[in-house]
Amino acid sequence: MTPSLAALDIATVEVFAQARSGWSGFFTLATLVVTVASAIRLAAAYLIAAVGESVGQRSGVLNLGVDGVMLLGAFGAYYTMLQTGQPWYGLLVGLGVGSVMGLVYAFITVTLHAEQGISGIGIYLFGLGFSDLLFRQLVGTPLPIRGFDGLFDSTVPEGRLDIEYPDLYNHSLVIYLAFLLVPAVTLLVNRTTFGLNIRAVGDTPQAADSLGVSVARTRYGAILIGNTLAGAAGAVLALETTGIFIQNMTNGMGFIAVALVYFGAWRPLGVLAGSLLFSLVTSAVLQWQTLGILSGAAAQLTAMAPAAVTIIALVVVTHRIGAPSALTRPFRRGAEH
Amino acid sequence: MSAAPPLLEMRGITKRFPGVLANDAVDFNLEAGEVHTLLGENGAGKSTLMKILYGMYRAEAGEVFLRGQRVVIDSPSAAIEHGIGMIHQHFMLVPPLTVTENVALGLQSSRRPLTDLPTVANRIRELSETYGLRVNPDAPLWQLAVGERQRVEILKALYREATVLVMDEPTAVLTPQEVDELIVVLRRMAADGRGLVFISHKLHEVMAVSDRITVLRDGRVTGETTPANTDRAELARLMVGRPVQMVPDRPDVQPGEPLLEVTDLHVLSDRGDEAVAGMSFGVRAGEILGLAGVSGNGQSELAQAIAGLRPVQEGSVLIDGNDVTGQHPRRVRDAGLSYVPEERMRDGVIGMFSVAENLVLLNQGTEFSRRGFLRLGAMREHCRDLVERFAVKTPHIDVPTSNLSGGNIQKLILARELSAEPKVILAAQPTRGVDVGAAEYIHNRLVAQKAAGCATLLISEDLDEVLALSDRIGVMYEGRMMGVLDRAEATVERLGLWMAGVAGGAA
Repeated sequence: MTPSLAALDIATVEVFAQARSGWSGFFTLATLVVTVASAIRLAAAYLIAAVGESVGQRSGVLNLGVDGVMLLGAFGAYYTMLQTGQPWYGLLVGLGVGSVMGLVYAFITVTLHAEQGISGIGIYLFGLGFSDLLFRQLVGTPLPIRGFDGLFDSTVPEGRLDIEYPDLYNHSLVIYLAFLLVPAVTLLVNRTTFGLNIRAVGDTPQAADSLGVSVARTRYGAILIGNTLAGAAGAVLALETTGIFIQNMTNGMGFIAVALVYFGAWRPLGVLAGSLLFSLVTSAVLQWQTLGILSGAAAQLTAMAPAAVTIIALVVVTHRIGAPSALTRPFRRGAEH
Repeated sequence: MSAAPPLLEMRGITKRFPGVLANDAVDFNLEAGEVHTLLGENGAGKSTLMKILYGMYRAEAGEVFLRGQRVVIDSPSAAIEHGIGMIHQHFMLVPPLTVTENVALGLQSSRRPLTDLPTVANRIRELSETYGLRVNPDAPLWQLAVGERQRVEILKALYREATVLVMDEPTAVLTPQEVDELIVVLRRMAADGRGLVFISHKLHEVMAVSDRITVLRDGRVTGETTPANTDRAELARLMVGRPVQMVPDRPDVQPGEPLLEVTDLHVLSDRGDEAVAGMSFGVRAGEILGLAGVSGNGQSELAQAIAGLRPVQEGSVLIDGNDVTGQHPRRVRDAGLSYVPEERMRDGVIGMFSVAENLVLLNQGTEFSRRGFLRLGAMREHCRDLVERFAVKTPHIDVPTSNLSGGNIQKLILARELSAEPKVILAAQPTRGVDVGAAEYIHNRLVAQKAAGCATLLISEDLDEVLALSDRIGVMYEGRMMGVLDRAEATVERLGLWMAGVAGGAA
């Protein structure tokens, strides 16, 4: 796996050091709990990015630059943390970086009507290169950082780990907030006038336009939400999931997030299911490697399992519900449709 | 004329598109309580004028007055604020949303930022009660039939309290009975003091619904009249600029052997449901079989299946006795089929190809090529001849085909298809979106082929066209043939009921 995921949880590795190796080692309650717990933490980053991207796509704008925005958000958060020692400041900077990138992307795709696939790849490459440049110039060597505190750190007595499995629920507040995005975005899209505008603009923009709904303003809003959350996802990845920044640390997570939007059929609940499935597979594969169940070429091959599972699931799932009809299509008033 | 200023007045509207003067100093006015028809060919500038009124285009010159007050309308929302509603030819509806959501879109909600759909749904029920516009507010729009969708469009305008209501070709998608119902609704809305602009090129509807008629041609007003003071022939003359033969002379040809035989044909749509569900019919030499029906009842799939462009699930297609079921399009053509497709820009021509290239698309491996190289000289001669014989208006044969008007592209396709000397002609919506002059020409050509012994299957949603050309008339509804009548027995009422799926009467 990638260095970033290998650094997933130092505590995890320690548990395995004591555990029995092989399959019997995996199927112990403690190991399974740790696997699930780290999957939940990993899922948070995917979830934030993918739920955000689902909002943008519902408005008809595909953003293939999620990964680049995540990298910028991750670096922004990481650097702020190094400077201030305040993880919440780091998260705020991640959000800010994301919204700036959102404005840029909205300007390119909505105002300038640029082709979205190519523009998104441009954003990705910019994020990939610029985050690395800043890192080399401002930091140089990766230093680990300490992220958010768990919500229950002070209330869990030492030494009772095996009994209550606090790993399952003793996450930091940001993890809980990430999962709260699912009902929040569902409400936004289905129950607000802005959400109604987003859905209309993503499907039949000329109809929305004819009723006085501003297609451009709606798409700007949706893109801004999507990119801001992508920046936040990067921040969470650096501050919470790994506690470090290294070059290309997302290793394609942003692209997986875009795939998860399709997997989830553009519904936050579906995106949640996809994020959990993908993270569980990733986390389990990582544990198998640590336990020595898999080694050498087999381990390398199995590292592809999450991606393979996603592709298979995508093929099965995407026949069900159609994408927003106007996805990737720029809007010009009066143009033929 | 009343002394009070009219509800709406447009003065000296001029709008230019690259190379075209779409509106040339057009004056138009609308009184409260009247239905005022804008009549004209495609490209005459009717839709442009109304899109300017609705703030979708900006005019280069001219002024708009509402009740005598000058107004500037630079966006659809400004138009809505001024009480102008528009029902577009292509419905402006969002299929995944419900009826209520479609109506609520763009409205201020009383519970901002949340939507307030129950209030909207209640008002929709009231309005549908008042105007007889039956519709279920909770239904997702994609489930509705075309007629119901139009009611939703009207409800949207009524909900926004439009006093000026523009309807762009509202009858194009309706059965004759639905047209009658629509006219009742229009009358009721006008009686409430609204002004209605009715855009159409169907003369008998225009005569039935209008209080006043303004005719446009090439961006200019060529006449203003009332139904009482005119007739269809005069209106057609004003539209086209010369007398038009409304119905071609149909030569009396004794039908011969069946050349096209379709038996128990089953075909799937793109979505995988059965679009053609067991169609059987035959067309004989020297005969035109007209197939009427509201579009979307499987006509497109039927045509594609016959032409070899869509797989056949069951049944057979015979051309001149040869079984061509499920054959490659090339084989179907070799058996004697010529095909004038419904989507002429998608299936009929290659837009970026020149006129000449499109004319020889079927001639692969013939006299126009030698060892894989084109014989340009022979090709150009052939094409010049065709362009002349079929009166295709084009500067020369090397212009990209997409630069031609719809009518001329259709003539080009006809030239190519008929020069193949077919036994069977399959013409799908041959005059849809084509100007009256070109339509007249195409009709005469099809009738001439009949005299030459072709079997013609004419698929059209224009009932007037079917009645004017056909020897026998069938109606397709939900993938089935409702029945076939001889031209002499066919009436608009009977065909209209079949188009709505109501069986009955002796067939």
